[in-house]
Amino acid sequence: MLTAIITITVLALLAGLALSFAWRSLPADSEELVDEVDRLLPQTQCAQCGYPGCRPYARAIVEEGIPINRCPPGGDDTVQRLASLLGRETLPLAEPPPDGPVVAVIDEAVCIGCTHCRSACPVDAIVGAHQRMHTVIDSECTGCELCIAPCPVDCISLRSVA
Amino acid sequence: MSAPTFDLGKLHGGLRLPAHKAISTAAPIVQVPVPDQLVLPLAQHAGEPAQPVVGIGEAVLKGQLIAASDGPLGAPLHAPSSGRIAAVEPWPVSRRYGNTAPCIVIDCDGEDRAAATGTGAPDSGSLAPDQLLARILEGGIVGLGGAVYPTAQKLMQATTCELEYLILNGVECEPYISCDDMLMRQYAHEVLGGAQLLLHALGLETCYIAVESDKPEALRRLGEALAQLDDARLVLKQVPTIYPSGGEDQLVQLVANREVPAGGLPIDAGCLVQNVGTAAAIYNWIARNEPLTSRVTTVTGDGVAHPVNVEARLGTTVADIIEHVGGYTERARRLIIGGPMTGRSVTTDRVPLVKATNCILVMSAAPTSGAPLPCIRCGDCAAVCPVQLLPQQLHWYAGADDEDKLRAHGLTDCIECGCCDLVCPSHIPLTAEFRRAKARIRELADEKARAERARRRFEARSERLAREQQAREQELAQQKADARQAGPDAIAAIMKRNKQRREDR
Repeated sequence: MLTAIITITVLALLAGLALSFAWRSLPADSEELVDEVDRLLPQTQCAQCGYPGCRPYARAIVEEGIPINRCPPGGDDTVQRLASLLGRETLPLAEPPPDGPVVAVIDEAVCIGCTHCRSACPVDAIVGAHQRMHTVIDSECTGCELCIAPCPVDCISLRSVA
Repeated sequence: MSAPTFDLGKLHGGLRLPAHKAISTAAPIVQVPVPDQLVLPLAQHAGEPAQPVVGIGEAVLKGQLIAASDGPLGAPLHAPSSGRIAAVEPWPVSRRYGNTAPCIVIDCDGEDRAAATGTGAPDSGSLAPDQLLARILEGGIVGLGGAVYPTAQKLMQATTCELEYLILNGVECEPYISCDDMLMRQYAHEVLGGAQLLLHALGLETCYIAVESDKPEALRRLGEALAQLDDARLVLKQVPTIYPSGGEDQLVQLVANREVPAGGLPIDAGCLVQNVGTAAAIYNWIARNEPLTSRVTTVTGDGVAHPVNVEARLGTTVADIIEHVGGYTERARRLIIGGPMTGRSVTTDRVPLVKATNCILVMSAAPTSGAPLPCIRCGDCAAVCPVQLLPQQLHWYAGADDEDKLRAHGLTDCIECGCCDLVCPSHIPLTAEFRRAKARIRELADEKARAERARRRFEARSERLAREQQAREQELAQQKADARQAGPDAIAAIMKRNKQRREDR
């Protein structure tokens, strides 16, 4: 009886030591985790989280412990999935999610061809040349709204695609 | 002639339904004259809509190409009669998703002039198999059993697999529908000719022509035509009358006694299934140079005065067809395009006849079954499911929108036959639920694909920006180094030039 208790205690102690050693000194494989978090994010690259795209945000979540509720396009579903992946608390969204999918539309008659929106687009979904009319490639637009603010003539609006 | 043989395999589940077919098979096929206006939806096939190649106001001839499709599952569209293009506009259709679709509207001139065409190639041996496939693609021929999968693409897929049998599907197991029955009776020669062409195109040696046992007349006519033809490769097979034995996978099970794997196609089991109507359409196109511009369809139900099978040009509206065969009865309340089990209710008879329309069913008001009651887990639905799914489980998961569980329980293999609906003692509209859930799964998959594409574009852009930044820095460093090497005079010259530039601005 006593031998058994001592054996189990020693084994548990050893295992605990080994685990704490591994946790402290072996490098965490954060790159894989970043990949997995990135896969759960909606890839709109909208930067509403304060990072310049989904992957940078994923990296910040994993490496800096930034809250997981900063992705409005992902909605509560994404927060929940992130929470279960990372073993964190579910949080309510920091900002309300958008009302369904949208794409940007350029009023082509008003566009002056300044190329500001083209350089703001995170997924290269705007085509156009300097002083030429620009247009949005519908099928590639993620509706991130990043092109709206830079437009000097306010000719970009969002259209619902639901 | 080989004697009709009975089935080898056995179908799981299924139902013996009252056929209601005799009412529409008494009279021969009625030819519907060309109406004043034809309405041709651009999406009459499984893939993306075709693109019109004619302009508004342009004169077209019968058989002329009016819309081309280069998508993966596209099929071209031909003018069913001569006339003038009146419009390309949205029109009510009987598609499963959405109520209107863009259509080409042709104002017919009534002359029905055909485009000048070649004579065709009556001898199937004169075309190489791959030429034959390319030719079938041009004919706008799609599966006429209802799925409207472009035939040429199906054949091309099949050529990449090891095939053993071609199966012509003349089973037509759904109640009320009898267009394939009448087609086999009156166009047996064309059906068999199409079978020969298909065998040639695929390089196969055996074609089973499967016909349900409740179509003795069609079996007799096919038998006679077969005896005339004296082609040992064609074998007539009689299959038992049970719904849904005419589903592709079910037919392979019955005729070849092989199970089509989950998520697979009949070609994975070494069989290629084609509808008899499709075979006849292939024959008409290859041997007679007539593209697919008309089809046989059943007009039936207690809501029409004279149930009958008609042959009409594609694009003829249901209203025109029903008017020609004698109009509605007083009891007409519901219009269904397709059969009672798999068809779709429509709210207007302005919908046009399309390649997929095998039946126009007009029924009296439906007996009300009341609101659905909770599932009592009796398991009747699982017993009748021909795909051996568990509808009672899928019902829960569909309610919970649980995509993973739905997939794991084989929702994507559901053929939407409607057997589970019919036997459910709680009147739960299971098939409708499954359709919705399938659409939802497709939507989610689309979303995922989109997100993946956006991610790749974002990464490509980040990479490009980094590259440009690096190139700029390098260039700058190079300029600095060059200037330093050239000495203080050169630097002074550059500074002077820059200053000049600033002042100019």
